[in-house]
Amino acid sequence: MVEFTLPANSKIKKGLTHPEPQEAESIKRFKIYRWDPDAGENPRTDMYTLDTDRCGPMVLDALIKIKNEVDPTLTFRRSCREGICGSCAMNIDGTNTLACTKPIDEVNGDVKIYPLPHMPVVKDLVPDLTHFYAQYASIKPWLQSKTAAPPDRERLQSKEERSRLDGLYECILCACCSTSCPSYWWNGDRYLGPATLLQAYRWIVDSRDEATGERLDELEDPFRLYRCHTIMNCSRTCPKSLNPGRAIAEIKKLLVSRR
Amino acid sequence: MMSLRSPLGRAIGLGSSKEGVSHWWWQRVTSVALVPLSVWFVFSLASLAGADHQTVVEWMRSPIVASLLIMFVLTAFYHALLGVQVIIEDYVHTEWLKMTSLIGLNFVTLLITLVAAVLLLRIAVGV
Repeated sequence: MVEFTLPANSKIKKGLTHPEPQEAESIKRFKIYRWDPDAGENPRTDMYTLDTDRCGPMVLDALIKIKNEVDPTLTFRRSCREGICGSCAMNIDGTNTLACTKPIDEVNGDVKIYPLPHMPVVKDLVPDLTHFYAQYASIKPWLQSKTAAPPDRERLQSKEERSRLDGLYECILCACCSTSCPSYWWNGDRYLGPATLLQAYRWIVDSRDEATGERLDELEDPFRLYRCHTIMNCSRTCPKSLNPGRAIAEIKKLLVSRR
Repeated sequence: MMSLRSPLGRAIGLGSSKEGVSHWWWQRVTSVALVPLSVWFVFSLASLAGADHQTVVEWMRSPIVASLLIMFVLTAFYHALLGVQVIIEDYVHTEWLKMTSLIGLNFVTLLITLVAAVLLLRIAVGV
């Protein structure tokens, strides 16, 4: 059956409270999920207090400041710090988003930070996304065409055909949407999830692609596609303001129209 | 259990079953049909409030009413079957329990539907 509570060894305990900064005028407290696979202990939440006058504006700035100045053991992924790599996706203040584009002052009260929900945790804020990436690979996210490419130029698209990729190509595969989806939580082993389905649709509507039928065949499955129950957490949480829910609905419409 | 299967192999699993459109389509068709049918049913019952047994039976014997009532029963139970099936698939992950629940669901729904339809028909033709 679906598990609605955490197993005993995953229950979150109260953790350490790190000292507050001296002579700070505006302080913000950060409650951060910690788990070390080598310690053999349950996860805990540690409390860190920062002087926000001496910290950059985004949650990622705070995490980096904590790691540099307070606690070097804090583990998280980050790379571009400008919302294009998707590495720092995590659950902040109850919503999956990118730490680098989430302003600290948008959070009322303490800033609670957890890893992306319902994924195996590697350490602290680092989730194991192996299966997520494998699902993405399974939809063959590349152009498939039997017509040979013109020898002297690119495969052409009209402006209108190209515009169908808007709202799809911007996806950075940060996994915020898929890990916010209850259907993906319960059936993520077989349900592809909003991110992978949005990417699948990106290739289905690409006018240059000639594998549309095969792509739809591969998606037509009660679990791969139809576990989507239009809960719409995906579209609400997307840090790039994309609409995976709409992309999934479009796939369902295409499957009906080819009947 | 440790598995050395590749992540891609695990993601592909048994492959696509190449069905599901039909389920999705009929769930929507029945839900659209249920909008007018439910409204009609509720309003009819309201207008029959306080009527005696004879009046209600005569109402149910009219060919149009009898047909609509049977259609309402068939549509509602088919819609319920499709919906509960999805709930079981969502939440029951133990394979034997899932199969047993799905088969049981089909049997029970079919039985209830048939009983309701037969009773409505019997009233309609007055056996």
